[in-house]
Amino acid sequence: MTERNAPETHPDISAAPPLLEARNLVLAHDPAHPVLQDVSLGLHPGQTLAVVGPSGCGKSTLLYALSGLIRPLRGEVLLSGEPVQRPTQNISIILQDYGLLPWRTVLQNVTLGLKIQGVPRKERWQRALQQLADVGIQGREHDFPGALSGGEQQRVAIARAFVSRPSVLLMDEPFSSLDALTREKLQRILLETWQRNRTPYLLVTHSLEEAVFLGRRILVLAGTPARAATWFDNPGFGSPSHRDSDEYFRLLRGLRRSVESLW
Amino acid sequence: MVNAHPSIRTLAAYLTVVAVLILVWKAAALFLGNALLPHPEEAVAAFGHALGTAAFWEHFQASSFRVVTAMGVAFGLGFPMGVLMGGSRRADGLLAPFVFLTYPIPKIVLLPVFLLLLGLGDVAKIAMIGLILWYQILVTTRDGVKLVNPKYLDSVRLLGGSRMHIVLNVLLPAGLPHGFTALRLGTGTSVAVLFFVESFATSSGLGYLIMDAWGRMNYPDMFTGIFGMSLLGAALYELANILEQRVCRWKFTQRGSRAD
Repeated sequence: MTERNAPETHPDISAAPPLLEARNLVLAHDPAHPVLQDVSLGLHPGQTLAVVGPSGCGKSTLLYALSGLIRPLRGEVLLSGEPVQRPTQNISIILQDYGLLPWRTVLQNVTLGLKIQGVPRKERWQRALQQLADVGIQGREHDFPGALSGGEQQRVAIARAFVSRPSVLLMDEPFSSLDALTREKLQRILLETWQRNRTPYLLVTHSLEEAVFLGRRILVLAGTPARAATWFDNPGFGSPSHRDSDEYFRLLRGLRRSVESLW
Repeated sequence: MVNAHPSIRTLAAYLTVVAVLILVWKAAALFLGNALLPHPEEAVAAFGHALGTAAFWEHFQASSFRVVTAMGVAFGLGFPMGVLMGGSRRADGLLAPFVFLTYPIPKIVLLPVFLLLLGLGDVAKIAMIGLILWYQILVTTRDGVKLVNPKYLDSVRLLGGSRMHIVLNVLLPAGLPHGFTALRLGTGTSVAVLFFVESFATSSGLGYLIMDAWGRMNYPDMFTGIFGMSLLGAALYELANILEQRVCRWKFTQRGSRAD
């Protein structure tokens, strides 16, 4: 376990430049009261990053800014060195309560992004069905989301996020509304998907266990406005048995102590 | 009956209601005397006889044409405009004052104006019914679309969707259940207005049949018209219901059930 203190900008693990980078972001709904102050982070190819912070600290706002849906007050977001100014298919995002459209079937939800991109119908269907099979959804592609359980909806949301083959995946508390067993199962599915395609992801969560299981690096946000308080490195990440290892519990304890002193 | 097909249950419900109404009616007829109120069996017999005549079906057809056309026009104009107003703050700012300042005017009092401007034919009648229903569909759809969960808008924007993608994939489908509810609830109003517009300047339609028979003090015939209009009202309600279930299929899927 290594711990580094902010405001060091981006602790480089690899020498390669980050794929997605935030530089000195200041985010505010009301310019007089920023919710996020001077947050810098970098997500490198093949890496994963978990951002933990207390409820209401602006974690979701951070994701919306990284995806290009909202403009930062100051600072910038770069994808492969290019400024991100509006949502792009290269950045997929899984919203907190999935954001599936209730009037579109599972298949229609998964194919919507491809349709917007102008991918031909047949290819859309093939890719969507394959992606759904990868997350374990079969035979329900013509059901509406309302007929699915929370866990199934979440799998569909994961399939929808991966089907456009994004270069980066952002996730906003993706497993928070699921029961404990379903949550662990879906965390495993996410990890397996990552092991297959190595799409780097950034996961926002308030669960320390989730952060340690799913983040190669962990960023702790704290304060009002929230700042990047501490970084943790998690070299044991990625192994299926990580959750049972001593290292996992050691890091979890360290993270908890840090959070207790900060929040 | 518990496990019966929904349409059989609907039919059973209708028959039960009809049976109760006939019992109440019979009691009233016995109490008031036959000169004022025909016995239900007489009225039903007259209605049954009328069903076999071409004249009744001509009236029924004239009425159906007017009310169905009016409903179609009202939905065709009111629904898109409701989606526009609900989805665009600018359009709403521009149009809402017109809609809400004229909303409280009882449109039915404009009938003489319509008859003057549009003539005594079907156009004025359809326009009258259509105008009244148009307001209901417009306002209900607008309010419904305004309430759409912003996460659906974000969801399409995050997929790189344009304004047009949002209209087609979020605002229109989000408005449909509201538009259809207004249409379904508006069937009662539409038939009521139909009766009113058919009591003037026409010699066809169920409204005419009722008022003409009333003038001739032919009460069984009058009830034939009343039955006909009730039948028309019920048929329109069920039609709107079926349309809603077809178009808004997602509304009728239960969590955990399979829609196959």
